[in-house]
Amino acid sequence: MERNNKLFAVSALFNTPNEIISAASKTAEKGYTKFDVHTPYPVHGMDTAMKLKPSNLGFVTLGFGLSGTGLALMLAYWTMNVDYPMNIGGKPLFAFPAYVPVIFEVTVLLATLATVIGMLTFFFKFPSNSHPVHDTNFMKAVSMDKFGVIIESEDPLFNEADAVSFLESLGGNSIEKIYYPVKEAYPVFDKKFIGLQISIALVVAGLTYVTLNKAVYIQPFSWMTDQFRSDVQASSTFFSDGRSMRLPVDGTVARGFMPYEYSELTTQPEKPLTNPFAPSKAFLELGKKKYETFCSPCHGNYGDGDSRLREQFPNPPSLHSEKVRTWKDGNIYHVIVNGQNVMPAYAVQLNDEERWAITSYIRVLQRAKNSTEEDVKLVRKEIISNVAQ
Amino acid sequence: MSHSDKMWVKKDLPVRVQNLGFLLLGVGLAAGITGLFIDAHRFMMNYLIAFMLLVSIGAGSLFMVALEYIAGADWSVPVRRINEFYAASVLFIIILAIPVLMNMESVFHWAQPQAVSEDKILKWKAPYLDTTFFIVRILVAGGIWSLFYSLLSRNSKTQDLTKDQNLTRKNIILSAIFVPIFAITVSVVSIDWLMSVEPHWFSTIYGVYFFSGSVLASLAIVTYTTVWLKEHGYLHPRMTNDHLFSLGALLFAFINFWAYIAFSQYLLIWYANLPEENFWFIQRWEGGWMIMSILLIVIHFLVPYSVLLSQPAKMDPKRLKFASLWILFAHVFDLYWLVMPSYHSEHSTGFFTYILEFGFPIAAIGLLILLFYFKTKKNNLIPIGDPKLDKSLNFRL
Repeated sequence: MERNNKLFAVSALFNTPNEIISAASKTAEKGYTKFDVHTPYPVHGMDTAMKLKPSNLGFVTLGFGLSGTGLALMLAYWTMNVDYPMNIGGKPLFAFPAYVPVIFEVTVLLATLATVIGMLTFFFKFPSNSHPVHDTNFMKAVSMDKFGVIIESEDPLFNEADAVSFLESLGGNSIEKIYYPVKEAYPVFDKKFIGLQISIALVVAGLTYVTLNKAVYIQPFSWMTDQFRSDVQASSTFFSDGRSMRLPVDGTVARGFMPYEYSELTTQPEKPLTNPFAPSKAFLELGKKKYETFCSPCHGNYGDGDSRLREQFPNPPSLHSEKVRTWKDGNIYHVIVNGQNVMPAYAVQLNDEERWAITSYIRVLQRAKNSTEEDVKLVRKEIISNVAQ
Repeated sequence: MSHSDKMWVKKDLPVRVQNLGFLLLGVGLAAGITGLFIDAHRFMMNYLIAFMLLVSIGAGSLFMVALEYIAGADWSVPVRRINEFYAASVLFIIILAIPVLMNMESVFHWAQPQAVSEDKILKWKAPYLDTTFFIVRILVAGGIWSLFYSLLSRNSKTQDLTKDQNLTRKNIILSAIFVPIFAITVSVVSIDWLMSVEPHWFSTIYGVYFFSGSVLASLAIVTYTTVWLKEHGYLHPRMTNDHLFSLGALLFAFINFWAYIAFSQYLLIWYANLPEENFWFIQRWEGGWMIMSILLIVIHFLVPYSVLLSQPAKMDPKRLKFASLWILFAHVFDLYWLVMPSYHSEHSTGFFTYILEFGFPIAAIGLLILLFYFKTKKNNLIPIGDPKLDKSLNFRL
């Protein structure tokens, strides 16, 4: 590895664990704070010999764990009490015992993630992934059978000549000066490296998708998809007629359906039905509403046949003609149910009551168009009494 | 191998330990027996609490000895004898059960023939909750525990003289046989002696609940004893605070385990809200018991959890002494909370306590101190013949 002239540390090697423990404690006693010890395996008692303080990582874990507790409690409270209050089994909305497992899990999750991420960033200084002692003879020795000490140049007491003679006085051998590398050998944010990672991720994801969904598709569970039942509209080998659906029994009537005896008749019936409803105000208002929705587009708001669709559609005849006025209610009803000439049937859109309501409303329109003197007097009287009130 | 300048020398414990033991036993028994004349029923229940305290510490300690053998624990060798001495209390279980067995009808509702004949549920449970069968079960459990205690401690004692490594292997095999038997016997004993105080109620996790508390209590008393003995120089001079850390970590682990089991029991019953289960918790939420139930969470979980959370706390002798005494009290409190509401519900009185009710538990502690004192007179405090002793003394975190 290419190195520059800037000194990182002075290193020394020792042969036994006892020597390294005594070297570490003497270095710490001398007042050095920025020094490190490298051993091929963990040597017990090193922390106390080096006078290391306990790691602060525990506080990161504690802080994030407690924030997990708080966040999960707030999440549970907000979702179950504010956003979507739901009564579950008669329990109070703030059902704390039920929240506890969630709170516990989120606490553990945040604490664990924070510990790993905190360790990588604060303590391992991510994205830096190298150290000046890497790729030195010192590192080769301490990763095999030697025990080594380094005193870093950033230490306030550091002086190159002093450090070397101090390490010699401890009995260290192979004293080596370690210089900073010119550049990081394997930077994390390298274009090639990131590109390689992304392409590996894409290839693995693609292969996984193709393998699991196309090549060897295996259902994880089939309890719900494979069932011993016939599908709607599908053929069946179980029934002799080959249908999976059964035909209704003869004479079956759908709920809410009112049979109309002349529904097949294209001409007017000889004995039309009679209107079973009395023309109350609410009934006539229902008729007005339905008339304006379904009839007025062609017949016009007042039944004159002057619709909004004029010239785009054959105009229907006026509802105020002599023929319609002399018709019985049942005849109008018959036209609504069956249609007439170009007019389609409205049996599907309108139920029995609505058809009769429209019929009655047409009668209102007809009377208004051909009002007598007495009708006008009646209306005036009504208006005056309304104003007086 | 051995450091001749730092060898362990057997010393007798000071006489004041014996005096303290006798004092606690005497005062406790006097208070308890006075109570028996005031309210016989209540103080029989109180005696049951003290009895279960001894059972939990004896059985829990015996379990810890077996567990340390099976797990091949290195750190625990210098403190294993302390566990062993407390485990000796299993020898007295059958004798100490006699006062309860003589007053079955006053302690256990199901032992009253009239109550059973009027009660459909109790009739159905009668084949199990039968006085003769009950006595047979405690005889069997006490017998099994005593047998395994005698075998394990005899082998360990012989090893002090012969230094025979095969004895360790024998004890490992014995422990492996003992642990599954212990799981069954401790469940049976806790169901018989604690759960059946409220014979209409049932909880399938009850055995585990009692087990967690019993191991916690025995760990607490062992931790306190270890710290005390270490401070006064009775243990091996090469023992460090790292050994204490293992005890502290186990204490912390079992605090969490107890809370986990206690909460699991509560959550399921609370969620299902079935009348045949939930009345037990309702009893513990009414008539002043609500404060006791909340205090149980604080005393048995929150306080020791906070005290022992940090790593330095688990090896600091002062904090360990505080935490272990606290947990011992919490266990007595837990047993009181398990037993007494049933007495209250039967007498429809709200929560109240006599100062005399501390009597029997204090006597039980006094008995344990005396047991420990006389055990140390005859036996070595450290298994000096154990092949792992030297390795164990070198144990570092």
